[in-house]
Amino acid sequence: MTVALETQGLSKRYGRRWALRSCTLTVPPGRVAGLVGPNGAGKSTLLQLAVGLLRPTAGTVAVLGGPPAHDPEQLARIGYVAQDTPVYAALSIREHLRLGAWLNPRWDNEMAERRIAQLGLDPGQRAGKLSGGQRAQLALTLALAKRPDLLILDEPVASLDPLARREFLQHLMEAVAEREMSVVLSSHLVADLERVCDYLIVLAAAHVQVTGEVENLLASHRRLTGPRCDPARLPAGQDVIEASHTDRQSSLIVRGEGPVHDPAWTVGQLSLEDVVLAYMSRAGRAQNASRPGLEVLR
Amino acid sequence: MKGKTTMLRSVNPSAEAGPVGRARSTALGAILLTWRQVRAQVLLAFGLLALVAIVAIITGPHLVHLYDVNVAPCQSHNDCSSASSAFLLNDHFLQATLNTLVLVAPALTGMFWGAPLISRELETGTYRLVWTQSLTRGRWLAVKIGLVGLASMAVSGLLSLIVTWWSSPFDRVNLNRFTPAMFGERGLTPIGYAAFAFAFGVAAGVLIRRAVPTMAATLAAVVAARLAIGYLVRPHLVAPIRSTMPFPAGGAGPTAVPGGWTLSQQTINAAGHVIGQNGGIGSNGGFGFQQNSNGTLVLQGVGTCPGKPPVQLARSPHPGFLQACVKHFGLRDVLTYQPASRYWAFQWYETAIFLALALALAGFSFWWVRRRLT
Repeated sequence: MTVALETQGLSKRYGRRWALRSCTLTVPPGRVAGLVGPNGAGKSTLLQLAVGLLRPTAGTVAVLGGPPAHDPEQLARIGYVAQDTPVYAALSIREHLRLGAWLNPRWDNEMAERRIAQLGLDPGQRAGKLSGGQRAQLALTLALAKRPDLLILDEPVASLDPLARREFLQHLMEAVAEREMSVVLSSHLVADLERVCDYLIVLAAAHVQVTGEVENLLASHRRLTGPRCDPARLPAGQDVIEASHTDRQSSLIVRGEGPVHDPAWTVGQLSLEDVVLAYMSRAGRAQNASRPGLEVLR
Repeated sequence: MKGKTTMLRSVNPSAEAGPVGRARSTALGAILLTWRQVRAQVLLAFGLLALVAIVAIITGPHLVHLYDVNVAPCQSHNDCSSASSAFLLNDHFLQATLNTLVLVAPALTGMFWGAPLISRELETGTYRLVWTQSLTRGRWLAVKIGLVGLASMAVSGLLSLIVTWWSSPFDRVNLNRFTPAMFGERGLTPIGYAAFAFAFGVAAGVLIRRAVPTMAATLAAVVAARLAIGYLVRPHLVAPIRSTMPFPAGGAGPTAVPGGWTLSQQTINAAGHVIGQNGGIGSNGGFGFQQNSNGTLVLQGVGTCPGKPPVQLARSPHPGFLQACVKHFGLRDVLTYQPASRYWAFQWYETAIFLALALALAGFSFWWVRRRLT
């Protein structure tokens, strides 16, 4: 199977602001990849570049081995649920399914109708009258019934309440189990992604901070606590992501493969959220450091 | 039958459609989607058109009859003014309504079909839904512009056809279809205006990205384009005919060019200066002589006639003396006009100009949507 998503120095600028800068990453096939980052980190830009709604300012992007939205064949292989799940307000659910059938040669109408029925939605209902959760489910149905090889979802649950959120992600997981496909899913909440993703990309301050298998990320990141130390004297072979010091104690989040032998350190496990937050705050600090004066203004 | 097979293919997941079949099926799909989005308004427009056609068919033959009975016979004995003005009062409200409809139809379709066509998709974000289905945005745009653009042109074209036919008895009496007021309300030009208004609405929409401001911009552009073509371009499409006539002793008076378009009628003196309009002296076209206390005669606004009029004729000057006076000042009546025979050439030129503008605007929309809207 070809790589689901691959970018090389991918950058996008709006006017004078860089939304995405030198983004290089690879999402292997068959994964459910989570793209996480704070609001405005460039997640939506990256995904819109991947589906061809945007064109890069610099760098390259390839989805399923080809340039995005290059031809109808390529478009047919990628399902996309856009941020805020836009639908045609005046068209009914049934008409949206018809639209999907008209515009997609690989359309699975039986599946689409079954999903709508399972969701308990009235096919005659106008899409403009649906709740946010129902609209998101309709958008997911449209994307899934394309029978895509790669499904890209841009903050699909951002506007949903916790129950609708869980339901949506559950349906997504069922669909992934039913059919072999790669998924890239963005969110600003790690909790949303933790349940469903086996691959993670942390995007912050327009840069990729870390990518990898969730399992590997959890295994290679640890929290070290011990007596307050000089930040220069850190355990060898460990990359410090975050360090915080009190008068008597130092607490580090480090990345490293080897064991930590120094008995001064107590080694603790990290949750995925801890890892992500460590990278995000590092990115935040780097951004502020490169823009002196911002702190003063605050 | 062929179309039906393609349709079935698109919804049947087991069918293996080749690239050509797929492209055809999604193009058909884009047509169906576009139709679904505009059908209510298109049906409304064609319903109104049918209504206009019915009214025209009911009232039209009667007008032809009235013309044949009342106006045609009087033309043989050359006094038609009373019969004509009486005839022109028929269906006065309907005349005004139909003329107004032809005038506004292109602007309306431009505003309500052209302007929101893309801008509403951009405004509501649905472009992100439709551009990620299995067809390229270029193909999607081609279908939308082609389908709705043709519908816009059809509405104005058919309306103009009906009104041109219905009004033909009136137009034969008024002989004014070439004048700026009527030129755009008959014949082919409404098709050109409709194409332009629609294409402008689409192009403005891809730039403005919001439906309501785009509609306002489209209306402004249509009005500006109509004024510009009427006053700045149309008079110069073909060099007008200039006819110079000697000035009659009683003043030339306004000269009509039956079925043609008078651009100007100027009174020119011996030095070549324009000293009057509409077959007279001065801007309001007046003409007259005045006698001075010393017996000399003054051509008002020009000067004193040479010599004295024969005394016995001073109260009602001899035509020969007045003729000599006018001749002395070298007055000429210069008429600049487009003759009636050029009407259809002008219709074709103007329609072609607007169709060319529409094509250019559509090309811009394609380029912008495919290359710049990213």
